[in-house]
Amino acid sequence: MTVTDGIRSDQRGPAESGPAEFVSGPWQDSINLRDFIQRNYTPYLGDASFLAGATERTTGVWAKLSAMFPVEREKGVYDIDATTPSSITAHKPGYIDKDNEVIVGLQTDAPLKRAIMPFGGWRMVATSLETYGYPVSPELETIFTDYRKTHNTAVFDVYPPGVRRARSSHLITGLPDAYGRGRIIGDYRRVALYGIDALIAGKKNDRAELDMEPSTEDIIRAREENSEQIRALKELAQMAASYGFDISKPANTAKEAIQWLYFAYLGAVKEQNGAAMSFGRNAAFLDAYIERDLAAGTLTEEGAQELIDDLVIKLRIVRFLRTPEYDEIFAGDPTWVTESLAGIGEDGRPLVTKTAFRFLQTLYNVGPAPEPNLTVLWSDKLPEGFKRFCAQVSIDTSAIQYESDELIRNEMGDDAAIACCVSPMRVGKQMQFFGARVNAVKALLYSINGGKDEVSGKQIAPATAPNTDEILDYETVFPAYLETLEWLAETYVTALNCIHYMHDKYAYERLEMALHDKEIIRTLACGIAGLSVVADSLSAIKYAKVRPVRDETGLVVDYTVEGEFPTFGNDDDKVDAIAVDVMERFMTMIRKHPTYRDAIHTQSILTITSNVVYGKATGNTPDGRRKGEPFAPGANPMNGRDTHGMLASALSVAKLPYSEAQDGISLTNTVVPSGLGHTKDEQITSLVGLLDAFTSATGYHLNVNVLNKETLEDAMLHPENYPQLTIRVSGYAVNFVRLTREQQMDVISRTFHSH
Amino acid sequence: MTAINLGFPSVACPVVELSGEHVDLSAPVSDDVSALTDADRKAELHTLEMKAIREGTVASVHSWELVTAVDGPGTRMTLFLSGCLLRCQYCHNPDTWKMRDGLVTPIDELVARMTRYLGVFKATNGGLTISGGEPLMQPAFVKRMFKEAHALGVHTTLDTSGYLGKSASDEMLDNIDLVLLDVKSGLPETYKKVTGRELAPTIAFGDRLAERNIPVWVRFVLVPGLTDAVDNVEAVVDIVKSWPNVQRVEVLPFHQMGEDKWDRLSIPYPLHGVHPPENDLLARVKGQFEARGLTVF
Repeated sequence: MTVTDGIRSDQRGPAESGPAEFVSGPWQDSINLRDFIQRNYTPYLGDASFLAGATERTTGVWAKLSAMFPVEREKGVYDIDATTPSSITAHKPGYIDKDNEVIVGLQTDAPLKRAIMPFGGWRMVATSLETYGYPVSPELETIFTDYRKTHNTAVFDVYPPGVRRARSSHLITGLPDAYGRGRIIGDYRRVALYGIDALIAGKKNDRAELDMEPSTEDIIRAREENSEQIRALKELAQMAASYGFDISKPANTAKEAIQWLYFAYLGAVKEQNGAAMSFGRNAAFLDAYIERDLAAGTLTEEGAQELIDDLVIKLRIVRFLRTPEYDEIFAGDPTWVTESLAGIGEDGRPLVTKTAFRFLQTLYNVGPAPEPNLTVLWSDKLPEGFKRFCAQVSIDTSAIQYESDELIRNEMGDDAAIACCVSPMRVGKQMQFFGARVNAVKALLYSINGGKDEVSGKQIAPATAPNTDEILDYETVFPAYLETLEWLAETYVTALNCIHYMHDKYAYERLEMALHDKEIIRTLACGIAGLSVVADSLSAIKYAKVRPVRDETGLVVDYTVEGEFPTFGNDDDKVDAIAVDVMERFMTMIRKHPTYRDAIHTQSILTITSNVVYGKATGNTPDGRRKGEPFAPGANPMNGRDTHGMLASALSVAKLPYSEAQDGISLTNTVVPSGLGHTKDEQITSLVGLLDAFTSATGYHLNVNVLNKETLEDAMLHPENYPQLTIRVSGYAVNFVRLTREQQMDVISRTFHSH
Repeated sequence: MTAINLGFPSVACPVVELSGEHVDLSAPVSDDVSALTDADRKAELHTLEMKAIREGTVASVHSWELVTAVDGPGTRMTLFLSGCLLRCQYCHNPDTWKMRDGLVTPIDELVARMTRYLGVFKATNGGLTISGGEPLMQPAFVKRMFKEAHALGVHTTLDTSGYLGKSASDEMLDNIDLVLLDVKSGLPETYKKVTGRELAPTIAFGDRLAERNIPVWVRFVLVPGLTDAVDNVEAVVDIVKSWPNVQRVEVLPFHQMGEDKWDRLSIPYPLHGVHPPENDLLARVKGQFEARGLTVF
């Protein structure tokens, strides 16, 4: 626990000049957001009828932006500031419509103008600028190649050859070695509750403690990081001041609390181009301020909604400059401004507030949108009114995702939030070393081919005896697969240790980490892609007859399958158990290898949209999947093989134990509206029931799309008619019309559950 | 995924698969299996299966699925049994016509699967639906399965054409909470044209359900040029109006998604080229039901 003496003195929370006292408690003696929330929030058990619509002002601001989106969609970017390396203070204040914004602040001096962030790697900046037709400053190029070493250069200085081979053969891909790792959530609420001065005072106390420790490598690094954090907090105050706000002291009103909170987040996205720059769990916190202002008569419901609408508009236009290759892995320009809503508190009170409703209401007031990535922590114990509103919003917009509150709370308590898609972490107390994922399907093919790549024929994994059987025998194939996975696990952890050592050194997240405690939990977030293909392939080998087809060099390039075999996604234990076994074993293998900064090993079953590129790089598989065909996303069953209904499909995925995939297990399902019932009321009841049933069966995550295939097909033909059509892909949502054609086809080919 | 059933059990040719196999169901079952030839064994096994089906300890099952908001309230485990006597022109699942095409499955296995979904039923207010094919082709199994369901506190639904309503014993009906009853046409001659069979047994079964006050959802498939005549629809309305236990009427617009299956089975598809009903027609037909005070979806 960080002791912040500064808070005890004359900076005791917003109570003194505010309309009414907040309930006092330990949060006033040290940084303790959870304590503040628990003592000051008001659970809301009612329905959505209190909500206010969009004001003319809100609609006007959104219209200004909407007019700019077509250009951005066409060009890929709206504009770029190609010469100012971004920092918290690098850009002058920017506005969408200065007189009409109630919450202010942009990443650069104009909306949708993207900044360059060269500290992660110069190549990514230069490639992006060239792609979009902007000049590459020779001066900056010299600085970031000759004078300033970047994270990217540093990582390649230390990669061993095995990692390079695995990387170039697409066995391990998407690694954050050329871009910001992201998936760190600053506790942005701290700025609103305590003000910058108190936070700096707290960090100085931490430093005093560190100064008393012997100067070992760890302590020296911690001191340097502490200094960087304090510097970042000062810059944040400076940036806010440029907009005319003094955030050195706590926020006093709801409007200030939202503005302070947003400034803190804005500082983070000015400084870091992280893959996922998630927002945290802010609704109940903000609700305490809003309730207080409503009670004092200084705010109306319409005004409260307007504040949240304006905040959400800002969160929708967070932009990063990225390359087309990056977009292949993370399609549709996502930023993962994930806001985690609701859940149940440890004391049994729902963490549902009116502000959780207000966040969802933005999807009506300013239309559907992929960001912020609204994530409901679902429990069957949530109040009925909230459950029904969530289901209604899902049916109307397909813009929200659900994660199991029970699983997350049991592990991390009731102040955890989702980073990116499915990665839970204790806010301000935990971060992760993002590790992308390995191609578990390719590893299976390697094990059959003695470590050779099935496409290139190159020796990638250590040479082992290739399989020479005429018919594949499970008892031979499986042990060989495990051997390959052992090597892969070691290579993978090696890669991640190299990456995160250098990321800390060359692209440290100063501000985000300033909004964390001194002592934090770190996780090493490994991941698997293609689990359902692996399970089905092994099932085919076990339950049907699979003959390998070899080319003239003896390399197995195809498989013929005789007979039937059970497939993952039908609640059939025969094959589901294989998927469970593979993921458990791989986790055990990962755990054998020491991690940088003693991070705790975790893994995810999540692909984002990389299931398409992974599939593209992977040969024919024993389950009948053809070379180049996409994998199923995340932990999803393969398209069309889940023939026993959406819930049976989900229940197969729910068997994957969360304890062995604490970084999350992603499932995306699409159901046609009529598949949920005849009337809206019936559809809402059905969806609530499905979510209850899935989470009660220990399902972890569910992306729900409620869509007709025809809508998507029409949107491919007439994108101009669907600027806001939002669809959930794998852990996040995208504007459908911003996907590549290939990705659009992949989405359309997925199972649409109907009856 | 393959959509299994839109509540369109099928119809007609007078082919009874059981007798088509020339199996003498009354033949005693030999204990001495070892003395049999392969052909004998096959026949013997088949006889054993048929006996078990008659006793209801196994069922010939086409497939199962967890469905939501379609085959009754909430999320249902729907069992699609194989075998049907009707040959409806618009049948969506001709692959369920023949009982011998199903997978013979012990009732214990099906009860175990149902038990697995008790939590799902509770969370969604769902339950078990037995559909087909025509479930009443295997009445002993249906009776047993519903009894098992009720013993577990599971809501039960029977999805039937009613043509074999006589096979449903009172004991079976005691354990049924809802019947999805297809009234495929209101005029006997149209009914015969659509299904190849008589309308009267369905009306008799509906009357029986009404007497016992078992809730019913009526289903009517609207096929342009086949079932859409005003007087045919009006006749359906008349029939349905005589049953106070009907909670809703579902007018299901015909669509062509079943044609693939007919092609795969090499059965000539009588409705090739027929278009789904236009919205105007659908509205007119729904209006005919609504005008008589029925709840229509």
